Amino acid sequence: MVLELGRDLFFDYTLRTVALGSATLGVVSGALGAYAVLRKQSLLGDAISHATLPGVAMAFLLTQSKAPLILVIGAAIAGWIATLLVISIVNNTRIKEDSALGLVLSVFFSGGLVLLTVIQKMPTAKQSGLDTFLFGQAAALLERDVITMASIGGVTIIIMLLLWKEFKLLCFDTSFGASLGFPMAILDVLLITLLVIAIVLGLQTVGVVLMSAMVVAPAAAARQWTNRLGGMVALSVLFGAIAGVSGAVISSSAVQVPTGPTIVLSISAIVLLSITLAPNRGLVWNWIRSQRERRKLRIEVVLNDLYTLASQHEDPRHSHSTAVLEAMSAHRSNVRHSLRELASRGWVENVNSDEWALTSEGVIQARYVAGRGR
Amino acid sequence: MANHSDALAIEVEDLTVAYRDQPVLWDVDLNVPVGVLMAIVGPNGAGKTTLIKVILGLVRSAAGRVSIYGQSYSAQRRLVGYVPQRGSVDWDFPTSVLDVVMMGRYGALGWIRRPGSRERKLALEALEKVGMQDLAHRQISQLSGGQQQRVFLARALVQDAQIYFMDEPFQGVDATTERAIVELLQELRAAGKTLVVVHHDLQTVVDYFDWVTLLNVRRIASGPVKDVFTEKNLRLTYGGRIAFLSRSGDEPAETQIAPHVIEPEEVENGGTGIGERPIL
Amino acid sequence: MSSEVLEIQLIAIVVAVACALPGVFLVLRRMAMMSDAISHAILLGIALAFFVTADLTSPLLIIAAAATGVLTVSLVELLNRTRLIREDAAIGITFPALFSVGVILIARYAGDVHLDTDTVLLGELALAPFNRFEFFGYDFGPRSLWVMAAILCINVVFIAFCYKELKLVTFDANLAATLGFSPALIHYGLMALVSVTAVGAFDAVGSILVVALMIVPPITAYLLTNRLSRMIVLSGLIGVASAVGGYWFAHYQDASIAGSMGLMTGVFFALAFLFAPNRGIVAIARRRASQRWEFAQTMLTIHLFSHEGLPEAEREAHVNHLSSHLHWEPDFAQQVVRNAERRGFVRNRAGRLDLTHQGREMAQLALVK
Repeated sequence: MVLELGRDLFFDYTLRTVALGSATLGVVSGALGAYAVLRKQSLLGDAISHATLPGVAMAFLLTQSKAPLILVIGAAIAGWIATLLVISIVNNTRIKEDSALGLVLSVFFSGGLVLLTVIQKMPTAKQSGLDTFLFGQAAALLERDVITMASIGGVTIIIMLLLWKEFKLLCFDTSFGASLGFPMAILDVLLITLLVIAIVLGLQTVGVVLMSAMVVAPAAAARQWTNRLGGMVALSVLFGAIAGVSGAVISSSAVQVPTGPTIVLSISAIVLLSITLAPNRGLVWNWIRSQRERRKLRIEVVLNDLYTLASQHEDPRHSHSTAVLEAMSAHRSNVRHSLRELASRGWVENVNSDEWALTSEGVIQARYVAGRGR
Repeated sequence: MANHSDALAIEVEDLTVAYRDQPVLWDVDLNVPVGVLMAIVGPNGAGKTTLIKVILGLVRSAAGRVSIYGQSYSAQRRLVGYVPQRGSVDWDFPTSVLDVVMMGRYGALGWIRRPGSRERKLALEALEKVGMQDLAHRQISQLSGGQQQRVFLARALVQDAQIYFMDEPFQGVDATTERAIVELLQELRAAGKTLVVVHHDLQTVVDYFDWVTLLNVRRIASGPVKDVFTEKNLRLTYGGRIAFLSRSGDEPAETQIAPHVIEPEEVENGGTGIGERPIL
Repeated sequence: MSSEVLEIQLIAIVVAVACALPGVFLVLRRMAMMSDAISHAILLGIALAFFVTADLTSPLLIIAAAATGVLTVSLVELLNRTRLIREDAAIGITFPALFSVGVILIARYAGDVHLDTDTVLLGELALAPFNRFEFFGYDFGPRSLWVMAAILCINVVFIAFCYKELKLVTFDANLAATLGFSPALIHYGLMALVSVTAVGAFDAVGSILVVALMIVPPITAYLLTNRLSRMIVLSGLIGVASAVGGYWFAHYQDASIAGSMGLMTGVFFALAFLFAPNRGIVAIARRRASQRWEFAQTMLTIHLFSHEGLPEAEREAHVNHLSSHLHWEPDFAQQVVRNAERRGFVRNRAGRLDLTHQGREMAQLALVK
């Protein structure tokens, strides 16, 4: 099965092309998406991808060409204008960012729809081909397209790597960066431009609606596993690529399952896995940690109760019944469990059937716990 | 030996700044001699942070000029170190203490070049000076407020500057850190550096600083603490006795300070800090 | 106008108003992007309900879709509450995932029926009149008109009854909670409303246009007024104007009706963005220009005032000094001085400027402010 898959990936032209294209998309959007997520621009990706539609249509109207490069350039210009518009609306009015994003997204998309219907009705051209930008059509990717994607994406990633420390400064501490003399406004525009390019590259594969997930999800998943920017970008790239390839493979092996949504579901699964399983941050990890703390607390409570009871007698090792301890505890059912745990540590001992007493080690521990609580 | 009268570290002339339509600084003149440890104090909204940001070229001025050692800021950038407000960055950013400190070398590195072992060494030394060497590889979100501030100071230290601008370095730090920062500042001044510190706590001005600028949109006064930090000037800065009381009603942040400001003995005795100040 | 043309416009108007009402609160509560998330995610609800009923007109679709909308909101909140993913990222992950499930279900199991993703996203208003609402053989007009009218009524009733609570929760959620209103209840009520409206509108105008109609008119109104009640009314009016204007634009350009209406909301926004009194770009620019002169006047008097009687006054108070020290263009400096002279703030003696009594007062006044 695996061998078969490997063979298909190598020799099946369509599958190979689609897988490579989707992987490229995952790599580029994963890398740039990391910055978008860190800069709290997650939804900007959504707005940019919707806003590219009129750019694609306009490029076609002006050139009458459906060459991917031309359409991609049109899309990038529209996405870029949309971003600048969002920034200018937020800066010049009291409109908040979320509103500005939604506004630009929906109005640009509407404009794109209008242009598409106009194109559709032109006698010279069929709309087909432009449609793929809406919902993506990975299956229609050609080797040529993948090469274009990979080379543009490669340039994008090289720029990102070259300006690594400058972009880190931009994301972490803009005013400090400016005080060092780096032109932060230019870096800001540059980074956004790279994000626009990353998004536009993915449109043909997953379409405008789903592209936002490819920007946000790999980075959000990657953040759970690492505390370093380098690690985050690398993992984000890896997750993006895995989602791309697995999406392509899964959709090719099932009937009538579109590639774009499959890729998005793959990356969503990775996000889910990451937030549950990632060490230190993940939900499971947190749950185990809180359980451990809770158990420790319960044991300490029983130890302390036993010590308090005993200190009312001459002998700090005076024994008491489980029932008394249970009466003192908020969690009756756990008292026995805690006592057994304490006994196994040698801090308490079972005097007779249901009576428990502190050992000398237990007294020391109880004093320590009591002292710390003060 | 730092001599106050010799040279000017910072010279600000006729500086006016307006955000949108609202003036933030009006015609501020300011001369800061080399080798002083200066506090900028003033009520909220007095333009303290703005003054620093204008000098650093982060905010555009409507009029006036700034020079650092007699030249424009862009020409003297390498002589300047900056500690922004701690709250101005996202401490959940995925990066380590060491990495943040190394950012102080980015300016000297210039475009594209990455920090290497030299930068690492400098950063570790700076961390040692602020007592954070053990936390070098800690993720920054796991730091306390005081530790975050120390990281920022270490970052400024590796800039190896002549003039330091610090925006409220004592904001929200514990007493130990405050003590450590003060010692560090005084050590830097002893080494001939000039330090400009936006400061909130009027009670400690006399103890910590030897130079002070009182600012409230205008420069009210600037000079040695013992000459300038007077009741009269404080009243001018914080708005006179009656206006002062009503102001403290408007701005709750000032209410705790308010009674201390007017206590004449505290001001007139000049505190003990000045007498103890080592004259180098 | 044929009855069909009239009916399309009528539907468009009802949709526009129905969308604008909850939209106002989305915009004010900074949840505008939630409309985008909900309007996409409901595809899953529609698909699931369709598999159960095999009927695109079933009311179950609306209920299922509304449930999906609320589910989306809760998922986003759930993710956000883990504190592992910030809210904006949580939105950006959740709705594409739900939408993808919907798309896959439809592509795999319903590829041959009339339910395709294009319609959900883009809508086709021109087809709406062909789907009639018939009862005992009588024709009561287009089905979607009735559906949307019902949804509009629900929206109106909800907002009218909960107006005070909505207002309070929107502007001060904490106060609302202490007064005993449940912000969560109002919040989810609003989200359900948004979902129901989105699902009702999707086959008429498509989900992206739902976003446009929901948030763009309220955003435009937000630039024009400060009062909530006026904002609601204005949003409705702008929505109606966009709907009608969009329809006729599409009519003459032979373009997508939904797209044209969305575009028209953008046109109205652009007009407000540029020309709104007080908050428009033009008004701001004009105010800045006049303030620049006023500011320069004040700056001059303050500059003279600051140096008055000091040793450096001779130098500082000279006309030639202004351009170099205040960084003014010489021409601009000359003009400011002439203006100040005319208004009696300064006296100019061979380039040396002195404040008049009036000028001194002006400087002092400006400094006190």
